[in-house]
Amino acid sequence: MGISELFREKLAVVNIGVPLFFNDLEKQGHEAVQVDWTPPAGGDPRLIAALERLEAVSGRIEEANRQTFEIINAAHPYLEGIGTARDVIPGLEGRMLLHAGPPIAWPRMSGPLRGAMIGAILYEGWARDASEAERLAASGEIAYSPCHEHGAVGPMAGVVSPSMPVFIIHNRTHGNYTYCTINEGLGKVLRFGAYGPEVLQRLKWIETELAPTLKKALELSGGIDLKSIIAQILHMGDEGHNRNKAGTSLAFRALAPFMVQTGVDREIIRKCLVFIDKNDHFFLNLSMPACKAVLDAASGVPYSTLVTTMSRNGTEFGVRVSGTGQAWFTGPANIVEGLLFPGYTAADANPDLGDSAITETAGIGGFAMAAAPAIVQFVGGSAPDALEYSKLMYQITYGENGMYTIPALDFRGTPTGIDVRKVVESGILPNINTGIAHKDPGVGQVGAGLVKPPRECFEKALLALAEAL
Amino acid sequence: MEEKMVVRSNVYFDSVTLMSVSQRAQRLEGIDAVMIGMGTPLNLDLLGTLGFKTSVEAGPNDLIFALRGAGAQVIDAAMAQAEELLSKGLRKAAGDRGRGPARSLAQALERQPSSNLALISVPGAYAAREARKALEAGWHVMLFSDNVAVEEEVSLKRSAHQKGLLLMGPDCGTAIINGVPLAFANVVRKGAIGIVGASGTGTQEVCVQIDRLGQGVSQVIGTGGRDLSRAVGGIMMLDGIEALKQDSETKVIVVVSKPAAPEVAEKVHAALRWCGKPAVYCLIGAERRTGAGSGTGAGSRMGAGRETPEDSQVKSAGNLLEAARLAVEAAGGQFAETGDAPEVADTPGAGLPGASLPATVGEAVQEAIKGLKNGQRYLRGLFSGGTLGDEAMAILAPELGTIHSNVPLAAEGQLSDPARSFKHTVLDLGDDRFTAGRPHPMIDLSLRIARLLGEARDPEVAVILLDVVLGYGSHPDPASELVPAIRKAREIAAGEGRNLVFAAYVCGTDQDPQGYQAQVAAFRQVGVAVFPSNVEAAEFAGAVARARAMAMADGALAAGSAEGGD
Repeated sequence: MGISELFREKLAVVNIGVPLFFNDLEKQGHEAVQVDWTPPAGGDPRLIAALERLEAVSGRIEEANRQTFEIINAAHPYLEGIGTARDVIPGLEGRMLLHAGPPIAWPRMSGPLRGAMIGAILYEGWARDASEAERLAASGEIAYSPCHEHGAVGPMAGVVSPSMPVFIIHNRTHGNYTYCTINEGLGKVLRFGAYGPEVLQRLKWIETELAPTLKKALELSGGIDLKSIIAQILHMGDEGHNRNKAGTSLAFRALAPFMVQTGVDREIIRKCLVFIDKNDHFFLNLSMPACKAVLDAASGVPYSTLVTTMSRNGTEFGVRVSGTGQAWFTGPANIVEGLLFPGYTAADANPDLGDSAITETAGIGGFAMAAAPAIVQFVGGSAPDALEYSKLMYQITYGENGMYTIPALDFRGTPTGIDVRKVVESGILPNINTGIAHKDPGVGQVGAGLVKPPRECFEKALLALAEAL
Repeated sequence: MEEKMVVRSNVYFDSVTLMSVSQRAQRLEGIDAVMIGMGTPLNLDLLGTLGFKTSVEAGPNDLIFALRGAGAQVIDAAMAQAEELLSKGLRKAAGDRGRGPARSLAQALERQPSSNLALISVPGAYAAREARKALEAGWHVMLFSDNVAVEEEVSLKRSAHQKGLLLMGPDCGTAIINGVPLAFANVVRKGAIGIVGASGTGTQEVCVQIDRLGQGVSQVIGTGGRDLSRAVGGIMMLDGIEALKQDSETKVIVVVSKPAAPEVAEKVHAALRWCGKPAVYCLIGAERRTGAGSGTGAGSRMGAGRETPEDSQVKSAGNLLEAARLAVEAAGGQFAETGDAPEVADTPGAGLPGASLPATVGEAVQEAIKGLKNGQRYLRGLFSGGTLGDEAMAILAPELGTIHSNVPLAAEGQLSDPARSFKHTVLDLGDDRFTAGRPHPMIDLSLRIARLLGEARDPEVAVILLDVVLGYGSHPDPASELVPAIRKAREIAAGEGRNLVFAAYVCGTDQDPQGYQAQVAAFRQVGVAVFPSNVEAAEFAGAVARARAMAMADGALAAGSAEGGD
């Protein structure tokens, strides 16, 4: 190596800063690329100092992140069965209700989350009517706990009560299990805080007819390979978060023959199949726990700066990082930008809600937007925009997913493994595709769009990582 | 309120498109409610929620247009717009955003895998960090940023040295690598002379003069002004010399130096003596005596260049023009075939105004001062290039005595208030005190113009000396702003019955984007004496001031004797 070797190469300049210098080079036809520079970490000296402390041990961090990423790539989730929440979910007992997002107490819960809690109390028969349920919910007699702290995830309010049937997902590589309720469909549903009679009726039907049928079918199936299905749906226009049409279709194909084989009453089977067929988001409640199974295995690697949880409870956004284990780093949940259903305005929207950002955390959802150009229109974007959404995420991730690939990016692996350091340094926040809930309980979904986490979640996480050194 | 409900059968649009169209129609003036969607149970339900009264029969394969608003006209217009949106699709012209600026070094590398040099001009506090990342990526670095701590500079340069990479800077304003001008640089011929420079404009001037003499440069490496200090130890200067030594295109090596720590200067000399190629060592600002407490000990290094043993290999140059001449001579004086030396303003005296050119500089000076009034005797130099200003001061001081400045060569020349000139004054307008919060005067001429007009109002000013630095990075057409300002300055002086002498040096070549000839011609239009080198412009301006002083002394003597005889 020597400087004089450069004299024999063609000069190719990276101009970082004053664009004039780039423009001059471009005018002369020299090879150059401009970097739009912004101060690292927004110029915050505390954060820059933390980044530099982490840089001092970058070797150990790189090794830890490599290990974490390897776990993510190696994890292999299968849908193996259905169980009752209180029997299978660790730590869910007594009068406990699980919810999406970081921990939250009743007084700070948003409308849809409160509505879902009321619905779950009624569903469990702990109260006779809504007003009694609301009193009970506020009384302190109900324990509230994040799904994420119990190996579970739930879309939107994400409420899981002890009697609910849940999918059981098994990461066969690392042996851990995760859980998720069965998706209820669109319109007035519990996850958007609705608790009317039709909601409770549907939940009971799921408990008494759909879940037992699926349970038997899954026993016959020997387990359904979710990793393989997710890999396929990215080639079929889904990103596994806001679009699950292909995923639902593939799940239907995988389940139907075994459902027929169960010997359950034909009319019940027909109703079950119609229910799955009519619900484009049936697969969301499988893609989410599949991602959760991957990331739970990747949690707790010392020194790792990769994110293992992004989640919202409708009031706060919470992030957890592999190297800091179970600690939550939170900030106020943002309002989702996107398209609203006819008749609704931005004033109707609840702040960001749900555990579904687990998909982005695992490298699909908004990170695989390039695979699902149809939904980029939610944010008024074009197909090339969809590619850019994904490409930008490579800036803040450790690597490219080994299994999940994007055809439009020439089958490049999806950007996977959000690195807290890269997020803080670049100021580029993860893109999350998501639904928009009405702020009042029970109204339901009012739109869908794109949301970003609050910056401070990542800043707090970075400071904690540096502090832990 | 009126309602309109239309069903189109067997038309399918995806729900996202339809939501988007609905939303746009909803925003139209006079529209109360819109639902454009497929006839799914959910959407049929929604019609009720939105308060539509008309009943409708539609299935999932039927497209429903439901609109409510203030009158049929409004509704029909909204409907037409919605249909057009659907027929054209919602696609908008999407440019290739992949070609826009990158957001990070990683993305830059992705866009340009062959990247091998980072040109960094971010604020100083962040510059070292970016430079470190660039070095880690295996890129050579030109660090244009200033205000980088000396410890950072040392650490970066050591790291670059280990990796065999360039770390030019911090505060490196110019370089030409493989024929590519970087930051502030002139377009000069390719040739046999390699330069390592610790001074930006000094290096530019040597390049330009080499070009004028018909030679060219192989590589131009900048080191940043602090490289030759004791702390940095000349790491980049020595690596630069070594690189030029190994470069087969380079036949002659020129070092453009500022006052250096003695042990560093010695190392640089040794490197030149042993490089096996003819070398020129040019020291600028050697006469500078720094004030107490500056800690650089420049006084003791005065004349370090002059102490160079008169080795046949290493020649010393006292100014930039001489450095260029010695280098071209050492390169065999060959003239490149690609171009001729500029015909205009390349010989002394050729820069003078008027159709009939005076034969000598002396005559030119006498010619120039003809219109000056009694009392006009001082020189004011307004420089954008620090080293050009230094060089001018070094030439003027022996002629005129103390030259006052914001960056004086001698401590007694220190201006207490740089905003006010005093007697003979030469200013570096690129100094921090002037540039805080504004672009460099090579880009932004406003400060220089304001100062120029101020000097024109001073009845003691005889001559104004300017540098005009062309090339990439600099103002795209400095004459377009300076020429009107000079015209105005002349008007101001004329209003008070005075004339003014303007002398200028245009540092540039005809290949520069501004075009040397065009710039020179524009200055000549307003009677500016334009010279082919900074040295000659300074000599001329010095001669004008000296001639005025002598004339006034004679006048005073004459007046005195007249009085005495009374």
